[in-house]
Amino acid sequence: MMLEMNTRRALQSHIASQRFETPFHPRIAALSETNDWYTWAGYKAPHSVFDEELEYFAIRSTAALFDISPMVKYRIAGPDAERYLNRLTVRNVAKLGTGRVHYTAWCDDHGHVLDDGTLFRLSADTFRLCCQERHLPWLLDSAIGFDVEIEEETMQIAGLALQGPTSFAVLSKAGFDGIERLKPFQLAEFAHQSGTVTISRTGFTGDLGYELFVPADQALSLWDRLWSAGQLHGIRAIGYAALNRARIEAGFIVANADFMTAETALRADRTRMPDEIGLDWLVDAEKPNFNGRKAILEARRNQTLKHVLVGLEIEGNIPADGAIVYHRKKREAGLVSAAIWSPLAKRNIAIASLTRPYGTRLTEDLWVEIYALRELQYQKMMKRARIVPRPFIKLDRRAATPPGLF
Amino acid sequence: MTSSNLNRSNSGSFDAIVIGGGHNGLTAATLLAQNGRKVVVLEAADSVGGATRGYDIHPGYRSAGLAHIVNRLDPDVAKLLTLDVQTSPGALLPTVALSPDGKHAVLRGAYGETIDGINPDEAKAFAAMRKKLMFQAGILKRFLKRRPPEIGKIRLNDLGAFAGAGLSLITKGREEGRDFLRMLLMNVADVADEYLNDDRLKGLVAFDATLGIHLGPRSPTSLLGLYYRLTGEANDKPATQYVPQGGMGALAPAFEKAATAAGVTIRTGMSVARIIADRGTATGVILASGEQVTALIIVSAIHPQATFLKLCDSGELDTGFVRAVSNIRSKGNVAKLDLALDRPPTFTGVSPADHRGRLVIARSIAHVENAFNPAKYGEFSPDPVMEITLPSLAEPALAPFGGATLSALVEFAPYDLKSGWESGKPAFEKIIIDTLERYAPGLSSSIVASNLLTPLDMETQYNLPGGHWHHGELQADQLLVNRPVNASAGYTTPLAGLYLASAGSHPGGGISGLPGLLAARHILSGGRA
Amino acid sequence: MKKYDVVMIGGGHNGLVAACYLQRAGLDVLVLEKNDWVGGAATSRELTPGFLYSNCSYVCSLFRPEIMRDLELPKHGLQVIAYEGGAVFTRDGDYIASYRDHDSHRREFARYSKRDAEAYDRYARDVTRQCRFIQPLLMRTAPDPFSFKPRDISELLYLGKKFDEFSAHDMAQTLRFWTMSISDFLDEYFETDVIKAYLALSGIIGTALGPMSPGTAYVLLHHYMGEVDGSVGAWGYARGGMGAVTQALASSFKASGGTIRTRADVARVMTRGGRATGVILADGEEVRGNLVVSNADVKRTFLKLVEEDALPEAFLHRVKHFKMRGSSGKLNIALDSLPEFPALPKNSSCIRGDLHFTDSMERMERAYDDWKVGRYSADPFVDMVIPTTLDPTMAPPGKHFMSCFVQYCPPQIEGRDWTDADRDAFADTVVSQIADYSPGFRDRILHMEVRTPREIEAEVGLTEGNIFQGELTFDQLLFNRPVPGYAQYRTPVPGFYLCGSSTHPGGGVMGAPGRNAAAEILRDMKMKPAEMSPAHDVI
Repeated sequence: MMLEMNTRRALQSHIASQRFETPFHPRIAALSETNDWYTWAGYKAPHSVFDEELEYFAIRSTAALFDISPMVKYRIAGPDAERYLNRLTVRNVAKLGTGRVHYTAWCDDHGHVLDDGTLFRLSADTFRLCCQERHLPWLLDSAIGFDVEIEEETMQIAGLALQGPTSFAVLSKAGFDGIERLKPFQLAEFAHQSGTVTISRTGFTGDLGYELFVPADQALSLWDRLWSAGQLHGIRAIGYAALNRARIEAGFIVANADFMTAETALRADRTRMPDEIGLDWLVDAEKPNFNGRKAILEARRNQTLKHVLVGLEIEGNIPADGAIVYHRKKREAGLVSAAIWSPLAKRNIAIASLTRPYGTRLTEDLWVEIYALRELQYQKMMKRARIVPRPFIKLDRRAATPPGLF
Repeated sequence: MTSSNLNRSNSGSFDAIVIGGGHNGLTAATLLAQNGRKVVVLEAADSVGGATRGYDIHPGYRSAGLAHIVNRLDPDVAKLLTLDVQTSPGALLPTVALSPDGKHAVLRGAYGETIDGINPDEAKAFAAMRKKLMFQAGILKRFLKRRPPEIGKIRLNDLGAFAGAGLSLITKGREEGRDFLRMLLMNVADVADEYLNDDRLKGLVAFDATLGIHLGPRSPTSLLGLYYRLTGEANDKPATQYVPQGGMGALAPAFEKAATAAGVTIRTGMSVARIIADRGTATGVILASGEQVTALIIVSAIHPQATFLKLCDSGELDTGFVRAVSNIRSKGNVAKLDLALDRPPTFTGVSPADHRGRLVIARSIAHVENAFNPAKYGEFSPDPVMEITLPSLAEPALAPFGGATLSALVEFAPYDLKSGWESGKPAFEKIIIDTLERYAPGLSSSIVASNLLTPLDMETQYNLPGGHWHHGELQADQLLVNRPVNASAGYTTPLAGLYLASAGSHPGGGISGLPGLLAARHILSGGRA
Repeated sequence: MKKYDVVMIGGGHNGLVAACYLQRAGLDVLVLEKNDWVGGAATSRELTPGFLYSNCSYVCSLFRPEIMRDLELPKHGLQVIAYEGGAVFTRDGDYIASYRDHDSHRREFARYSKRDAEAYDRYARDVTRQCRFIQPLLMRTAPDPFSFKPRDISELLYLGKKFDEFSAHDMAQTLRFWTMSISDFLDEYFETDVIKAYLALSGIIGTALGPMSPGTAYVLLHHYMGEVDGSVGAWGYARGGMGAVTQALASSFKASGGTIRTRADVARVMTRGGRATGVILADGEEVRGNLVVSNADVKRTFLKLVEEDALPEAFLHRVKHFKMRGSSGKLNIALDSLPEFPALPKNSSCIRGDLHFTDSMERMERAYDDWKVGRYSADPFVDMVIPTTLDPTMAPPGKHFMSCFVQYCPPQIEGRDWTDADRDAFADTVVSQIADYSPGFRDRILHMEVRTPREIEAEVGLTEGNIFQGELTFDQLLFNRPVPGYAQYRTPVPGFYLCGSSTHPGGGVMGAPGRNAAAEILRDMKMKPAEMSPAHDVI
């Protein structure tokens, strides 16, 4: 439906700046010492705020605030919302209780993953889907035959991730009473100003942590509330570089970084089924039909899955980002899509996509070829790699309820 | 028998349910039954026949349904069904290309084997064009009588068809092969312009190529419509047309009789409300009455969009598939005017015998093109083109003694009329009748009653989404592996146990019975044919 | 009298490209050009003092970078500047812009429809996928499926293998894409008319088809498969106007020892014993060559330059029926100052891109309906650019050159020839359309050149003023272009070749026909080309 002339006119000003500022931008900009920005889905987002390494330690030692407003958010509501989402996504939404969140993925008819994301069940028939890519046409076309409304609300809803051992202490101090009862993947509404903030015990770090969603006009007051409460608990604002380290340690994958989404890939062989990116555990073959079900089960039955996503531990300490994985040092077996030296695990870790049977039948004798640039000279090395389970780190504090007041 | 005891009386023991008792549904049902399957046909209307089902125009006057002539009834279908449809010997119908000056061109035999009323040069030119097109249509025909090949897994017998087509091209010489690939997707106007000079003939081929298709003669690919007509055959003779003994109204009973003879159970007045499916498998249907009928095989011989968007729970289908089905272009462009007349009309310059033929008003290519233009914008043609028959001449029972009926298929009448058909209908009807009056003076004064069916009316009356008699545009992008959509091109569907068998499937519409025949063959072969 | 190895008829960009490659391979090549200048439809002409007009083609994208590199065109002055999106003005006083920045582009579309804004990525992805499909075909001679020669068979197998990389679903999509109208194709992605109208324009530019004609989705591809420095689908301006392309080619040609003669109007191709031996100029001069290559379109070449009886009847028949109906006209305008478009925000980048006024599919199609009956469009589609917003070399400071490409404009007016009065009335449909959106526009006009198909044919020699040297419909593409069986640049006359846009892969300032023709000529002479980079793999 074409928007009205006046609405359109009012929106003309978007072109005044190519990169939008998030609702939290004034606060982050004031804190930014590095002035190190990148573009995240059209928004100006911090790559680092004061020191990317120290920011990482804020996640693992105190509390880190990360602005997730640019995440794409859809509100899905209506009598058929559950049934709709159950057909849309691979995981069983009937098992997602009100006030719960789950990580999920959705596929096209061919079983190729369109995206992964988190699904929040705000009420019996209201959900929020958060993801990296945009999917409105797919979501709307999926709604044919369902009594459901879909609203894109990325701009309207500001989001913050508060992650780290003292994050609970910060929220407690900020007066979010009852936050101690929130279990992992649970969400609840809390009073904030004249309205409410939705807080879920979720995150992208594998650590104790929360995500908070408020209407955009309440964003700054929420930030201030957390910031002042966090002063004694080491709260720091962080950028994506630090978060990325934490997420690799936690073994999480990122769309269009660790796998190509089906609507982005130009080459037919770049698309991936859930089983090819380590998401087989999400797929519920018993629940009613969902997009890609037939194709996924057929691929399983006919053993036509071509790839597998694995965690690697690589000897030495040089991150193997972008490295080619070899079998017996000579046959190409795959590609490393993310890698860091893990400060927490003290191991050289990586996420890699391998072409089966490497990673499935052939799991030994894997190597990665690393090119380390050392003072304008490449040092080329073959390092032994071992397939290890993800996450690479496991923290008890992540799941403890009530969480500890570190 | 009422619907409530349908299942019980048969202990739920049907092997196959056919949804829709049109000629394709009946063909599929008959073939399945002949091969030992227990089959029930569920027809929503009170009688079978689908688009060949007649209706009353006025007390004493009846229309024999949407189709005017038989020109592509597949001989295998006729044979398998031992269809009791016969043409009187030598009664192939002429086509009269009407001219406003009363000097018409009359095509006789198989698409103008001989033509009356044209000069010898033009006759030669037409013969050359006809020969070329008939040859090319013959190549295409190989692909119409078989399941469309599956890309990526071309089977041995597909290769056979390709090889056969290739061979017949090669034996004709390289030049014919090259010409075939050149012409295949051309527009009919350029081809006609290249060969012909006579506007009557050019107008006729332009009309025939675009009848029932949302294209003008200058639109690229419009030649396909003419090829499609030329691939038809009647009485083992390609590109011929006839009206069966007893009129078009004799068709539905013939199909019904064949089905019944094969042991098919036919249930009319039984509207299917839902196809039951769970996790990729269809297991039965729910009738409007609420009753369930189960079977391992469900054949939907109704429009693909009606099948998937109305009868299936979209949740049981994948989004991309639903999207593709929604994108099927299926908006009809043809209106049908039925007139009840108190005396047979006389078209000036048409011999009494030729009144039994197909009379076409399409003065020139430009006439057809200009008639098409408004349809692009949701308007009907102010100067329409049309095909006229006088059904009561073949089937006297359609009109009272001394009276007559006239039927005209009129282009272009868009389904989505911008101004709405409520006000559009009387205006369009007047235009058509005025046009007819010019060719058959006195006709208006003989009208007892009239009935104009717009595509919108066809949609409601015949459950044809968009009022499209081909169940989806018969255009290049909706043919073969993409008919009705790629994921459902070979009569199978994403739901195991659910098959398609309507004109919406390969090879398309017209009374051929081929979609029904090919679907049934595929089912019977266990997926191998 | 000197005998050249190769005599090239016509100094358009394809003729010059072929001439360059042939000269560089060691042949002695003479280019004959009827005008005082070379360039064909890629020229920059000073028609009013101080202003350079790209008076035919006006933007650059399709010209193959492999050719620029092989022929060292940058060294000879060619520079292409990418430009910045553009806009369609809507009748309700708004506009819809296109921006190079992905997110700005999405937000702009979202002003009209959030759904369409998010649908754009999938649309762009799908079109790019189709580009990948067609790209391998551009810089190769189209294989003849009916020759059964080993080379054609191995080419077909090569392409078959290329296409094997595509999934069955993609292949089925491709079959649809090639036969759909751009209107139907866009309907599958978008709901907003103005967005569709904006995206559809690439499906009609240069064609004698409307956006609702099947086959126009392919035409869109023809405009998307270009690039500016690896940015696929991007368009730019040649610095100094489109003449910069051909000037660089001419300079490169001369630097490698080639000869160009202007004001040398070829009247006839000479043959002896059925073989081409040279040409006769309009003034009767004979110029001899071992080979003759024609850059002119297939109709002009065979219906005007070659004796009919030298040609097989069937071939001649096909040439006569080759479709090259002109469908466009052109206004080249010198402006006293930059026009203002009050609908645009201040300092909008759109003015540096392509601007349009056709905001609905119906208007675009109706413009075509006029053409079908032999009239220029009463409400024409205009593709307007002001290259001087980025290129300071084409007009004095503060002044501007504006190019308006106009559709539809028939080669004849309702069956009769154009008159000057027709031409002026045609120009007024365009100027008044612009003036509706740009107050005071008429007052800024210093000079205007109006070109209908009549003028284009007279100056450039393009039959019926068809800018692609032949319509891009299926029956005239690939192995059908220009004539089935003669789609490999050779003609029925031994020693005589075609290298213009009438041949595969067709029009647009691409250079590929010229390069492919040179490759075939060298193959026939059993010579190796000096340098011919393999086709770039861009996407």
